[in-house]
Amino acid sequence: MQLIEFTESGLYCRQGDFYIDPWQPVDKAIITHAHSDHARFGSRHYLCHHFTAPLLKLRLGDDISVQSLEWNEEITINHVKVSLHPAGHIIGSSQIRVSFGDDTWVVSGDYKVEDDGISGAFEPVRCNTFISESTFGLPIYKWKKQEVIYESIRQWITESHQSGKTPVIIAYSLGKAQRVLQCISTITDNIFAHGAIWNTQQALLAAGRDLPAIKRVTPETPKQAFKNSVIIAPPSADGTPWMKKFSPYSVGVCSGWMQVRGNVRRRNADAGFALSDHADWDGLLSAVKATGAEKVFVTHGFQSAFSRYLNENGILSAEVKTAYGGEEEEQEKPSTTTEQENEINTAEA
Amino acid sequence: MKAFSELIVKLGSSTKTNEKLEALSHYFATAEDADKVWVIALFSGRRPKRVISSSFLQLWCLEISGLPAWLFEECYHTAGDLAETIALVLPERTTALSNAGLAVIIAQLSALETQDENAKKDFIISTWLQMDKDERFVFNKLLTGNFRIGVSQKMIVNALAKTVNLEPNIIAHRISGNWDPFTTSFNDLLSDQLSAIDYSKPYPFYLAYALDGDISDIGKEEDWQAEWKWDGIRGQLIKRNEEIFVWSRGEELMTEKFPEYDALRSLLPEGLVLDGEIIPSVDKKPLPFALLQTRIGRKNVTKKNLQEAPIAFFAYDVLEYNGIDYRDQPLDQRRIVLEDVVASVDHPVLLTSPVIHFSSWQHLSHIRDGSRDMGAEGIMLKRRSSTYQVGRKVGDWWKWKIDPLVIDAVMVYAQKGHGRRSNLYTDYTFAVKDGDRLVTFTKAYSGLTDKEFAQVDAFVKRNSLEKFGPVRTVKPELVFEIAFEGIAASSRHKSGVALRFPRINRWRQDKKPDEINTLSDLKKMLDTYGKT
Repeated sequence: MQLIEFTESGLYCRQGDFYIDPWQPVDKAIITHAHSDHARFGSRHYLCHHFTAPLLKLRLGDDISVQSLEWNEEITINHVKVSLHPAGHIIGSSQIRVSFGDDTWVVSGDYKVEDDGISGAFEPVRCNTFISESTFGLPIYKWKKQEVIYESIRQWITESHQSGKTPVIIAYSLGKAQRVLQCISTITDNIFAHGAIWNTQQALLAAGRDLPAIKRVTPETPKQAFKNSVIIAPPSADGTPWMKKFSPYSVGVCSGWMQVRGNVRRRNADAGFALSDHADWDGLLSAVKATGAEKVFVTHGFQSAFSRYLNENGILSAEVKTAYGGEEEEQEKPSTTTEQENEINTAEA
Repeated sequence: MKAFSELIVKLGSSTKTNEKLEALSHYFATAEDADKVWVIALFSGRRPKRVISSSFLQLWCLEISGLPAWLFEECYHTAGDLAETIALVLPERTTALSNAGLAVIIAQLSALETQDENAKKDFIISTWLQMDKDERFVFNKLLTGNFRIGVSQKMIVNALAKTVNLEPNIIAHRISGNWDPFTTSFNDLLSDQLSAIDYSKPYPFYLAYALDGDISDIGKEEDWQAEWKWDGIRGQLIKRNEEIFVWSRGEELMTEKFPEYDALRSLLPEGLVLDGEIIPSVDKKPLPFALLQTRIGRKNVTKKNLQEAPIAFFAYDVLEYNGIDYRDQPLDQRRIVLEDVVASVDHPVLLTSPVIHFSSWQHLSHIRDGSRDMGAEGIMLKRRSSTYQVGRKVGDWWKWKIDPLVIDAVMVYAQKGHGRRSNLYTDYTFAVKDGDRLVTFTKAYSGLTDKEFAQVDAFVKRNSLEKFGPVRTVKPELVFEIAFEGIAASSRHKSGVALRFPRINRWRQDKKPDEINTLSDLKKMLDTYGKT
């Protein structure tokens, strides 16, 4: 019997009787990170990292039952040893290590291997079986170093200001927005944010995180206040009437999908920055190798291609169908993700 | 190459015409003359000769990236562009950035033509490794010969007009026609005095917009001349210096493809340029376009082609007469000259496209309904007082097309698109019913909104059978109305028919797959509209 089974409700550890990132309501759910496709509503008890807990409450409600852990702190559930390890994806994001007897599994959740200075540095964890995401599991996806991308974002901001336009940066409210903030706070403190990003910021501040100050865009903010400022907005706001008040503006999209020219054109972006919170091709391969796993299950993304490549290179691998993908993974699609609906709801009403 | 690749990146990502124009003007103001000549050449459809096939490029790319071929294929289908895929999967640059300019690189490529495969390979690989991603992309585009980046000839002309002190019309004329970017300098191309005489040079075409609103909105009947809108190849027929030249609207010199016109060499007066339609024709009557397609793609036109698909030139305008530019004359005047010339030549390959006489817009609308019987796709309306202008302009010329033919069909295969549709299933194959079977009969790539494409893409991803390779077989569930301009018998297609300009008219979400049209419906359309 596999230590972790793939069930209708999600990844299930029968011995420990708990789920990891289930997509149906369950009794015990261990959560890798607070993005809505991994942290879903309705379970009775949640277990996650200290940093993830306030974000879960922000997104799922104050009344949920949450227990939180430190990274590398081991607990035992029905004789199964469980610990969390930094995944480097967003604040609080964790890989889940599950160990019973001499069998150890690690569920990656979403991850990236480059240390972004915010999310905690990805920690390779030795295991027998690794369950890996594959959002950008093709060799066309190879990221530049964070500092190089940051520099081109800052340069674009300067150029936009010079040509009399207000730069609007499109970034997910949880994860990407904080990195963008880290990037641009070195050149400006005149930063405005969409309500969804502002809400996330408040939750993070309340949890004791230190973040550069931002101003919230409200219906009362006078138009001239935006001159020479930088706006950060979530993808759901892109192209809506909400953007009008920044006119004339220029749109820069931060997403791994911007690696391919066609996607930049399809998004109608003035600039695309391939800044991702997921591992690129080389990152996925190095992470898989560092686990030393004999077997790798590949979830959401280019799972067929990545899994076949691993098999051809001597690592036993299989694909797994999950309900993940919906944050950055699916952002090409204009509607349907719950994340975007959330953001519309929490936007300034 | 750096400046050129920056230009391409800017043009590719800017969404506003003004920004593109600015990027081009900036380039023309700052770049080397030799590089500018090549930019004009590339953006007006002139390319350096291909010296290396794209399969070699792929092979060498696999060799240095160490990727298996199937994975490269997957990447290609996701990125939707070969040049870009290679640029993305190659390993990082290992040596210093090359500072060779566009013209230098093209000259180096051209010199490779006579070299052996190893020399070519060494050059390509070492050049790749001296470039960053954007430069590699542009370099690969040069190699694979495909520069489509949303820049119109008009935009090039306007940007040049900002840089050199010449009227846009003159620039448009200068950069058209038969010039060689290897031997032409920027000054020769755009100086005040024309240095060498190019006898073949065509005029920029005047293009019409489609008429959307009510016909009576354009004014009074007596101000307008009506002609059939033919379904052929728009072209200019030129006689200068005792030679005949034939240009297509895409600025391709096609003289050799139409040996029939050679008979006109001794008959046409010197210094003549006619605008008209190249159409297969017998006894002054046009035949379907499908017939022309049987010979147009061939390098050498055979006797059999000439017999089976004879062509004529249906002239509707005269742009130059006795060596004098006639474009500023009103259409009425040009028409008199035109009819005169054609009558005096009196040869079956040169005809005037007839003027349609009508008493009222209503009458003309009635005549238009019979377009298909005439082998036409509608009616052209031209203001009698209009001059012959440059490019697409609103106001004096309109095309008034008949409604397309339509058929309901079900989607059975899907493939990922290219360019801005990369990594999205947007290219579909459709089928009609034949008893219990489905018979594929056409592909279509356009006609849905971005949002609809995204919905269909999601459906394909959920309902497809294969995991690898470009084509997904999907559950026959989604019904679309396919519109097309014409239908012809075809032995190459399973269904026995070939459509002209098929596209998706709308998504019939109200229809189930068992309500689609049948193969016999298609055959009936073929009987009605497809006979010659």
